[in-house]
Amino acid sequence: MPDGAQPVLDVRDLNTVFQTRGGEVHAVNHVSFDLKKGELLGVVGESGSGKSVTMMSLIGLLPSPPAEVRRGEVLFDGRDLLKMDADSLRDIRGARIGFVFQDPMTSLNPVFTVGFQLREPLMRHMGMNKRQANARAVELLELVGIPDAKQRLKDYPHQFSGGMRQRVMIAIALACDPEVLIADEPTTALDVTIQAQILELVKELRHKLGMAIVWITHDLGVIAGIADRVMVMYGGQVVEQAPVRELFKNPQHPYTAALLETIPHVRGDRAERLKVIEGQPPILGAIPTACPFRHRCPVAFDRCKQENPARMPVGDGHDAACFYDLAKGEPRDA
Amino acid sequence: MLDATPRKLVEVRDLKMHFPIYAGILRKRVGEVKAVDGVSFDIFAGETLGLVGESGCGKSTCGRAILRLYDITDGSVKIDGAEIGDTPQGGLRKMRPTMQMVFQDPQASLNPRMTVEAIIGEPLMEHTDLSRDKRRDRVHELMDAVGLNRTFSNRYPHEFSGGQRQRIGIARALALNPKFIVCDEPIAALDVSIQAQVVNLLEDLQEKFDLTYLFISHDLSMVRHIADRVAVMYLGKVVELSPREALYAEPLHPYTKALLSAVPEPDPDMTTEDRVILQGDVPSPSNPPQGCNFCTRCPAVMDICHREDPEFREVQPGRFVACHHYNQTAGDTAASEDNKSIQQGETT
Ligand SMILES: Nc1ncnc2c1ncn2[C@@H]1O[C@H](COP(=O)(O)OP(=O)(O)O)[C@@H](O)[C@H]1O
Ligand SMILES: Nc1ncnc2c1ncn2[C@@H]1O[C@H](COP(=O)(O)OP(=O)(O)O)[C@@H](O)[C@H]1O
Ligand SMILES: [Mg+2]
Ligand SMILES: [Mg+2]
Repeated sequence: MPDGAQPVLDVRDLNTVFQTRGGEVHAVNHVSFDLKKGELLGVVGESGSGKSVTMMSLIGLLPSPPAEVRRGEVLFDGRDLLKMDADSLRDIRGARIGFVFQDPMTSLNPVFTVGFQLREPLMRHMGMNKRQANARAVELLELVGIPDAKQRLKDYPHQFSGGMRQRVMIAIALACDPEVLIADEPTTALDVTIQAQILELVKELRHKLGMAIVWITHDLGVIAGIADRVMVMYGGQVVEQAPVRELFKNPQHPYTAALLETIPHVRGDRAERLKVIEGQPPILGAIPTACPFRHRCPVAFDRCKQENPARMPVGDGHDAACFYDLAKGEPRDA
Repeated sequence: MLDATPRKLVEVRDLKMHFPIYAGILRKRVGEVKAVDGVSFDIFAGETLGLVGESGCGKSTCGRAILRLYDITDGSVKIDGAEIGDTPQGGLRKMRPTMQMVFQDPQASLNPRMTVEAIIGEPLMEHTDLSRDKRRDRVHELMDAVGLNRTFSNRYPHEFSGGQRQRIGIARALALNPKFIVCDEPIAALDVSIQAQVVNLLEDLQEKFDLTYLFISHDLSMVRHIADRVAVMYLGKVVELSPREALYAEPLHPYTKALLSAVPEPDPDMTTEDRVILQGDVPSPSNPPQGCNFCTRCPAVMDICHREDPEFREVQPGRFVACHHYNQTAGDTAASEDNKSIQQGETT
């Protein structure tokens, strides 16, 4: 990754709240990150940590109400997506920012053929006529490794297997040559052998097409295999961010460190007893005024109850939101 | 296991569970889904047998068929020496308490309108004549055992987190002092940080109550952690069964090799060059290929694999595999035809 490469996407202090019958849910708090040209940013965190809401907020996909993006800036190509009118945003979404979700069945329309759904963005955003769009659709299906591409254009989503459907979703997301691809748990619903196929495909395509990717997952194994940089979310916040190797070798937030210790492995040593992170993730009724991980944290101390730590630099391109210095084994200065 | 000859608690032979497919207005039977198509294995008392494989390969059906939640198509299931494969449903009531099941989705398997006390106490109502007070005592005891706060016994499932709901499901499964529990993807719906809590609990309970588990999962790393031996299923058949360490260190069946190599390792320095990426998808269980079920995707396929279904046989002590590649080398060690019953495995 070229250092200091220009960000294609720059998210600053994003805050998203849901109005629910039980009151407000502060799903995303003070989330900031950027995405550099051509890089693959992995986003990890357990369910409810705010991964999806963050990404849906920045491309305007959350229904409002109940969602409200309360604060923040999302700079894409010099413009703030949060201030953009619905039409301009729609032009960017699906054309310059593509996305793929966990369950292709909910994002593919069951009553239209796959060919129709591939042609649609091409005709809408790229000004192609039907014949041109059709030719491009065949190319796209071939690109994502679907055999008999030409024939399969006439098929409906349910006629594809889970893995093939996810390939179709990727083809649609790639249709207009997006600069950014947001992939939200795209392989979570798939079996490992099919997941391996999709991961290979994405590794190959990202270099071929030179796009930047945000890849959301709860699977640290997937992240280790494809990401350049990783952002860890917990309780609606970014708690740590680092280049991939650094994050795995030298985690600086106690949550990241604990997560890496709790997962069993297929290779190497086998632990007799799994390490656990006791307790439950927080419920976000208000913006946390203390560290959201403190109840489960093995190194929490007084200050963690009084303030919510901001992200601080802890290494080269590495930051963590924690008052405790894990490496030194003592609270950080100041 | 120190015991020299571990006791077989569960013996499964040539188990088949086929579901009919009906079509047309006359609901004519047009075929069948061969969800489980001839599997044989033993589960030893006190051990955990892991059952792994990709979705749709028949793991749940296998677990449910062993518990006789279905009327099985063919084969034999013995629990503690007693044949239950052909016992009519009515006759199973007596032995239901000894075999229980923990389900994947605690949300869906717990009645939302019942309190935790009623849920855990339900099997006691059905199978015992304990008084109300005794029942409550037993429920409290069970809640303690699974780490649920007994003051919450009057709450409803939705008031609990996913991990706690799974504890409720486990407490209910334990109510009648079972010997054998089928855990069907008990942690699949839980977050990574909660999975370890539940797995450790299952291990503690096993030790405390002398339980035998069939642990069904698609998570190969968790199975490596919890299982003593592991059976790998593909398209309705067990293709390999081995002691845990042997299976993970040196998988024999080409499918096991591919499956293990597909698991992404949480280590950015791991090379992926020797990775086996399988092509294509799993065939339909209503129309399995001729010959070996894996022949359409096998990287090591031979001519014979398209013609003959390989026999599931013991190729090394305690290691069973169904693959033509092991047929020549297996000649010496393989069990003879009339001694096809599965020999005692090399359990750890
Ligand atoms: N429609 C909604 N109404 C209320 N709360 C919601 C809604 N969608 C998401 N949330 C809440 O926002 C938080 C973050 O959710 P999400 O971003 O989906 O998590 P993740 O993708 O990390 O699993 C969760 O606490 C969730 O309950
Ligand atoms: N009650 C049923 N009726 C018809 N087909 C079924 C039934 N239960 C399971 N199947 C089919 O049997 C096969 C094996 O399913 P299952 O045992 O649930 O697999 P697994 O648990 O390994 O994912 C699948 O093709 C599934 O669709
Ligand atoms: Mg999500
Ligand atoms: Mg299942």
